[in-house]
Amino acid sequence: MTPLLEVADLRVCFPVRGAARGQARDVVAGIGYAIGEGRTLGVVGESGCGKSMTALALMGLVPPPGRSTGTLNFAGHDLNAQSPEAWRRTRGGQIAMIFQEPMTALNPVMPVGHQIAEVMVLHRGMSWPEGEQHAVGMLEAVGINSPAERARAYPHQLSGGMRQRAMIAMALAGEPRLLIADEPTTALDVTIQAQIVDLMRELQERIGMAIQFISHNLAVVSEIAHDIIVMYAGRIVEAAPAEQLFADPRHPYTRGLIATLPDFEHRLARLPVIPGVVASAEAGAGGCRFADRCALADAGCRAAEPPARELQPGHCVACFKAAP
Amino acid sequence: MTPLVELQDISVRFEIGAGGLFGRARRTLAAAERVCLAVGEGETLALVGESGSGKSTLGNVVAGLQAPSAGSLRFRGRLLDAATWREARRAIQIVFQDPFGALDPRMPVSEIIVEPLRIQGSFSAAERAARAAALVEQVGLPKDALNRYPHEFSGGQRQRIAIARALSPRPALIVADEPLSALDVSIQSQVLNLMKELQERNGLAYLFISHDLAVVHHLVDRVAVLYLGRLVEVATREALFAHPQHPYTRALLDSVPRIGRRRPRGRTIGGEMPSPLAPPPGCVFHPRCPKAQARCRAEVPALDETGPGQRAACHFPG
Repeated sequence: MTPLLEVADLRVCFPVRGAARGQARDVVAGIGYAIGEGRTLGVVGESGCGKSMTALALMGLVPPPGRSTGTLNFAGHDLNAQSPEAWRRTRGGQIAMIFQEPMTALNPVMPVGHQIAEVMVLHRGMSWPEGEQHAVGMLEAVGINSPAERARAYPHQLSGGMRQRAMIAMALAGEPRLLIADEPTTALDVTIQAQIVDLMRELQERIGMAIQFISHNLAVVSEIAHDIIVMYAGRIVEAAPAEQLFADPRHPYTRGLIATLPDFEHRLARLPVIPGVVASAEAGAGGCRFADRCALADAGCRAAEPPARELQPGHCVACFKAAP
Repeated sequence: MTPLVELQDISVRFEIGAGGLFGRARRTLAAAERVCLAVGEGETLALVGESGSGKSTLGNVVAGLQAPSAGSLRFRGRLLDAATWREARRAIQIVFQDPFGALDPRMPVSEIIVEPLRIQGSFSAAERAARAAALVEQVGLPKDALNRYPHEFSGGQRQRIAIARALSPRPALIVADEPLSALDVSIQSQVLNLMKELQERNGLAYLFISHDLAVVHHLVDRVAVLYLGRLVEVATREALFAHPQHPYTRALLDSVPRIGRRRPRGRTIGGEMPSPLAPPPGCVFHPRCPKAQARCRAEVPALDETGPGQRAACHFPG
């Protein structure tokens, strides 16, 4: 079965300021992954790893002068090869995105119901009155109380949790087949985070859309993802089904990330650490980008970039030191 | 034993919309309401709660950055007023969440770290320089850090600089207001280990303000849970995590995502924290509480002992 989305050799590069013409910096350095219909892919990584830029590439929204190359095969055609006109139909229609901070993604001078209706008018050919009516139903579907009243509210009149729900309603209004969620719960309190994660799982079961869920928080991702990719400095260092990844992480970075999280069951006097600082995309040019922080690294790791190897079915690791 | 710092019936209220151009009605926002709490010598006490719970406000009261509207604050048994604060201020330091905003960008690290000593005025330049060099080493920064400026450091390193500055006047207590929240995951454990190490070495007490219960479980001795400016539960770490007595504490613990544990679906509480401008009558948690009854809507529960080392403000604890 072909997956819904198949990304191959995706690169997002930005020209280096002040450098010679043609010199560019890879913020995303040639990554590939796939998401099946109705599945959730978790994308985990720290600041600067390229996880958000990957999402923007899927939306055709890489900010200039950045450029996105590679193939983004979505439901049988390459997004990167399509016209700006086709991008506009895809964006908000087949692929929708929700962001960390709903306040910056919602229009502050338009009632939320109107913003949701706009999606239905543009992507589903509804009239405005029909759209407005459906918007109330959408707000209800995402668990907002007195939806008719809230539809008339402006974003600043809603709480953070409610704004995030409104943004989810807006994203789902175009009936997308893929929902990209970039740190959707990071700005929320833990009880509200739990509500939003439950809501996304529930909506997925009902609607069957695929989700690309981006987060720095491994524990949150573990609650929702079927499959996980771990990114570091613009590359995928490990990809596996979620259970497999947590049960048997193979890349030293993934292992470190899991080990450094405080554990409720085993309280340690000292937490394990990953030494050093988070690498930028140009770190360790020519070799493994994690080498400077890795206890296992040797000259070989610094000389050549480790290719991804499939150690077990569906479990790929880009590390020379990972035993089969 | 006398506690290091003692809060007695501390309330912090802000007047909102008083007078002004449009003459809006004056309303009172209670950021903290009659909070009684003590931090012992060398102890780590966590203040947990969601945004708007008043945890930072209380931290600021303890650090002397916010005057309480009512109630009193004691330091080693002495009532803190304008005169006694002068001495206590040296002993109580604060580390903020944002290591970018907390450091003066035009000051080299060598000056940032010992600025508290310079203000105190009882140290020579040579003494200050020696202290700065010792502190840089203690917090795990390279020696050449002294002559560099904040922008040259990563977030984790800046937080180390902020911690070194807090340590310079040899405080008895550091108020740490979400010190890890702005840091990358792989950096958080480095700073957490550093805080533990410094505590063991210097006999420090911490008032650790955090929304991250996993980190709280790792670091602290006791936990105080705040909801809408009210203390709803105070307990030792063991008691709180093993058998939370307040339904809000339980809801918080149930909401924390954990690797390898499917969070029980449907166990999360609905709704959101009400506006502090219009707190519900009776127990402020009752609109979201699965156990709420008529009494909860009418009567404010007292913070009563429910077991050894554990107090909860609930009519139906357990």
